[in-house]
Amino acid sequence: MKLIRLENVGVRYGMGPEILRDLTFDIPKNSFQFLTGPSGAGKTTLLRLLFMSLRPTRGSISMFGRDILDIPRDELPLLRRRTGIVFQDFRLLNHLSTYENVALPLRVRGKDESSYRADVIELLEWVGLGERMHVRPQVLSGGEKQRVAIARALIDRPEILLADEPTGNVDPPMALRLLSLFKELNRLGTAVLIATHDLTLMDRVDARRMVLSEGHIDIYD
Amino acid sequence: MIDKVSKKVQNAKQRALGRIKAPTPIVPPANLSSKALMVVVIIMSFLACLTLGFVTLIQDASKTWQNQISQEITIQIKPLEGRNMEDALQLAKRLALEFDGTTDASIIDKEATARLLEPWLGDSFDIDELPVPRLVIITIDKSNPPDFDTMRTALTDAIPDAYLDDHRTWASRLVSMAQNTVFIGITLLCLVLTATILTVVFATRGAMSVNNDIIEVLHFVGAESAFIAREFQGHFLLTGLYGAAIGGAAAAAAFYATDLFQEMSVANAINDQTSALFGSFKMGAAGYFGIVVIIFTVAILTALTTRMTVIRTIRDIDLVRSDPSQSDLV
Repeated sequence: MKLIRLENVGVRYGMGPEILRDLTFDIPKNSFQFLTGPSGAGKTTLLRLLFMSLRPTRGSISMFGRDILDIPRDELPLLRRRTGIVFQDFRLLNHLSTYENVALPLRVRGKDESSYRADVIELLEWVGLGERMHVRPQVLSGGEKQRVAIARALIDRPEILLADEPTGNVDPPMALRLLSLFKELNRLGTAVLIATHDLTLMDRVDARRMVLSEGHIDIYD
Repeated sequence: MIDKVSKKVQNAKQRALGRIKAPTPIVPPANLSSKALMVVVIIMSFLACLTLGFVTLIQDASKTWQNQISQEITIQIKPLEGRNMEDALQLAKRLALEFDGTTDASIIDKEATARLLEPWLGDSFDIDELPVPRLVIITIDKSNPPDFDTMRTALTDAIPDAYLDDHRTWASRLVSMAQNTVFIGITLLCLVLTATILTVVFATRGAMSVNNDIIEVLHFVGAESAFIAREFQGHFLLTGLYGAAIGGAAAAAAFYATDLFQEMSVANAINDQTSALFGSFKMGAAGYFGIVVIIFTVAILTALTTRMTVIRTIRDIDLVRSDPSQSDLV
């Protein structure tokens, strides 16, 4: 089953040249893939397309079986809840604690705190932040912030996880630990797409590679 | 051994569970922008309530002027060679009271007449040496006034040169002045309220601009627009209510303090004339009701502006979906 399907997708900003051209691929359920390519190749733009924060200037994208052009604005939050995203710049809320940042997706869904408290604590311990759950992002290192952002994306068990350079701010042992976390997540049924420059990391997993170059994508299964 | 480790982990988990505090509000508490908004709301509410208070005072004072003037008429008797002034005053009083529609009459004695002239002539003159006209004040029944023309004829027949002033010319001028004053007051109030609305709207939008990142994160973690708007408008409703309540209370306190000062101040000609013209600074129920209305209006305005700003920010984020060239909006 395909979670996401792109057909002849192109994106241009204003009257500029096309950043992405003729992208046609799909992301199956329970799959694991890396998205790579040189800086400025359009990885972040592609992730934004997949996260529905950008619409293509041509072509079509279907998410969870629905064409995104037909999805009304009111329904976007419901679809986003099925997708977890790890931003390159983390986007943590500085006035909330680590625990509260991770619990945020559940809180905005109106869930009672007692119903998710244990899950959040367990996930924080799993990403190695059990002792840092009461501190605010300002005092966390780059790697710790990265892990908080990952935990926030995972907390509601999304069907697909999109991660933009999730190991960009961590040392190699932590990068491996995060990679095993993604593999474990994938084993439990979540499709994972990781945008990265890190070849060593990609060599550690036998997964599909999507290489973006000059707006085109080449896929190596 | 395994049991021991497992128990240890469980205990650690229980300790962590117990340590979780009440959730921090999603909207950050007071930052510099929301403090600035609070100050703006306090100042503008204070000014709006002050203006409203003055308008109600002027309105009340103008009613009092009209009321007092329309229930009194005056007989003026000039001193003439050989005229017994006291006899003439008594005769005028008696004649006036014979007419239907008059309820009371009083002669302004020499001391009171001298006090009336004091602001212009000082207190060292001898009233007997000056040809000062004397007055008889007649109180009339407003609902059934006497026939002024007949009364005027009867008076001039009995006392030549006696002059009956029914205050109609003066009253119509005063009513016209009072109406103009109230109109100017209401215009000023409208201008201040418009300025309050615009200032509060722009200050709220300014305070909200620092929260764009929070709105964006909430939007991307799957929060619905209504949820985000509710969180922010609840926070800013309290800010607006708190600020407007402080401003309104300060304006009410200013009126109360001025009234108290007026009551305690020494009686002199200036104070007497101010009191006669404007009455006391005591605000009526309408004034206090107006202040409460302004407080809630400002609070609701702040909340509504917040809601509209949140919805517009989310719309801008979504606009990028349909037009990637708008990326710099978010």
